[in-house]
Amino acid sequence: MSIIIKDLHAKIGDAEILKGVNLEIPKGEVHAIMGVNGSGKSTLSKVIAGHEDYEVTSGSIEMDGQDILEMDVDERSREGVFLAFQYPMEIPGVSNANFIRAALNARLPEGEELDAVAYYKNLYSKMDGLEMDRKFTARAVNEGFSGGEKKRNEILQMAMLEPKYCILDETDSGLDIDALKIVSRGVNSLRTEDRGFLIITHYQRLLNYIKPDVVHVMYDGQIIKSGGPELALELEEQGYDHLIPATA
Amino acid sequence: MEIEDISTTTAPEIDQETADAIAIDERSKGDFKYPEDHKYDAGVGLNEDTIRYISKVKKEKDWILEFRLKALEVFFKKEMPTNWATEDLNNIEFDKIRYYLANGQRPTRSWDEVPDDIKETFERLGIPEQERAFLAGVEAQFDSEAAYSNVKEDLEKEGVIFVNSTEGLREHEEIFRPYFGKVIPTGDNKFSALNSAVFSGGSFIYIPKGVKVKQPLQAYFRINSENFGQFERTLIIADEGSEVMYMEGCTAPKFETATLHSAVVELVALKGAKIQYVTVQNWSSNVFNLVTKRGMAHEDAEIRWIDCNIGSRLTMKYPGVVMKGERARGEVVSIALANDGQHQDTGAKMIHAADNTTSNVVSKSISVGKGISTYRGQVHIPKHLKGCKNNTECDALLINANSQTDTYPAITVRGNQHVTQHEASVSQVSQEMLFYMQQRGLSETQAMSLAVNGFVNDLVSEFPMEYSVELKRLIDLEMEGSVG
Repeated sequence: MSIIIKDLHAKIGDAEILKGVNLEIPKGEVHAIMGVNGSGKSTLSKVIAGHEDYEVTSGSIEMDGQDILEMDVDERSREGVFLAFQYPMEIPGVSNANFIRAALNARLPEGEELDAVAYYKNLYSKMDGLEMDRKFTARAVNEGFSGGEKKRNEILQMAMLEPKYCILDETDSGLDIDALKIVSRGVNSLRTEDRGFLIITHYQRLLNYIKPDVVHVMYDGQIIKSGGPELALELEEQGYDHLIPATA
Repeated sequence: MEIEDISTTTAPEIDQETADAIAIDERSKGDFKYPEDHKYDAGVGLNEDTIRYISKVKKEKDWILEFRLKALEVFFKKEMPTNWATEDLNNIEFDKIRYYLANGQRPTRSWDEVPDDIKETFERLGIPEQERAFLAGVEAQFDSEAAYSNVKEDLEKEGVIFVNSTEGLREHEEIFRPYFGKVIPTGDNKFSALNSAVFSGGSFIYIPKGVKVKQPLQAYFRINSENFGQFERTLIIADEGSEVMYMEGCTAPKFETATLHSAVVELVALKGAKIQYVTVQNWSSNVFNLVTKRGMAHEDAEIRWIDCNIGSRLTMKYPGVVMKGERARGEVVSIALANDGQHQDTGAKMIHAADNTTSNVVSKSISVGKGISTYRGQVHIPKHLKGCKNNTECDALLINANSQTDTYPAITVRGNQHVTQHEASVSQVSQEMLFYMQQRGLSETQAMSLAVNGFVNDLVSEFPMEYSVELKRLIDLEMEGSVG
């Protein structure tokens, strides 16, 4: 059981961003993708989630044997893909509690609804784990949240929706060390045998808290190197330059 | 309050024709109709005979007939306001409209006495149920006349009057005549003149001094007939220190041809009185909805319009408050949703006519697809006054790139002893916001509905519970099928 990406090419407008990505994320493993700005890391996460701005020109993405490229964004989500956004969107007037509840209800058969009492109990316990104040249930989604609060809110949604595969797009950006620890703890508590993670980051720092099984280096729309956790440390010390192929 | 499957609610004595008529595909709660059965029909088109016919059927006094005939003259004389409003008005075919349709029954005080088809119409719309649950009184109008009208006994004992316009002018002339046509004169605009000529139905309400009606009074206006014009006339008088909330709902089935709804609503809040007037309309997309609403607030009185406009082909409505007495307060809170092919041309008029008067306008409009929302606001504060305040906020939400919103604020403030502020914003449900919501598993329609409900949330939370639930349901219905 895994997400298998084969020779994935994708473009936005006329610009090809992904130029043949090969990647397998099995359940139970945490994979990290590192790379410089513009290497295609965030694009990869959006293409997996199904963002309509990107056109997949060739290649495939399978999730547990199912081709997900034909699915709409919401269908992929309900099938188990979760993307924690680098810049979570604000939804004015929609309370956090209602938003998460609507997302959960969307997973139930037509006509069925969540039990409100059980829902709030679950929500509160997950919020406690992330040290989020209860007042965040009534506040509009991400509106007026600090950077750290937004990221915690992403992890809260992830915890509530119980996805099969979690993609974290630069979740560490803009976090101070305390917030980073809380967010990492939240992610670690979700690490199970039946859940896979893809963690996109610039910095080794996050990987001190969320230990990856595999580290990939992305450059110019391709994965140019993969290795164990030591690869992240190597990048931290030596930078990316020595990995980048000499241009003709 | 969903209507149950019709197969379980259809009474056995209904004939096949009726059954067919009500079994049509029901996109929304209001989209069904019953066969027409009218004892009184003023025919098609409009002339003096139409007026005389209506007046005769109603057995009106001479002064009312005179009032109507004069109004007809004014209506014919007045130009269509297409110099500032949409040319779509020219598509109203006054010669093809039927101006009065009634089955000759007087409104009853018991649902059991209401003819079956009419009773079932209102049952499907949930009216008797709501009445039992939370209303102090209900009037249900079917085409031109009220079929049912009832107010709780204890209120009646306190002297509350809640009747239709015919009965109000006939039985309580001394109360209503002094105010009738005074807040909105016949010649205010072409459609107030039309209403003054052919009005029928509507609510005439009097709340005696000091009586505070705790539960809302409700009227429901239902158009059942094609090529028909509904012209209800409402006059609410809240005597000194009294309080009342009035709510109106409106629906019509979908017809092939245009239908006209043109009401006149006048409110009078005497010293220290409070009137709240709540409208949730859900007209089908063939209805021209051209309504004049205005209130007169005396000393320390307060008039608040809460106006939700969903559906219709064209709505033109600018509820107003004339603050005639010192410290009077006026407020308009409005929500308009213009779907593909619809035009919501709405706004507010605040006329300050005494010192230390306060007005507040909050307008939220949503344009979906090629829907057009227009806000027109007028705030008038003359030079000789002091201490007047106005606050105006207009927010527009665009759902698609080709949606349209226009704002025409006209704030006339003379003198420098006043405080006014005006804020306007236009926002869009962005692609990225939709992507975010869809990534959490919501379909595009659910995401749009949520965004729209969020946009109006702060206003809706001020509504009575039953109405906020209804409004949310209507928004969800509108967003269905508007996507894709």
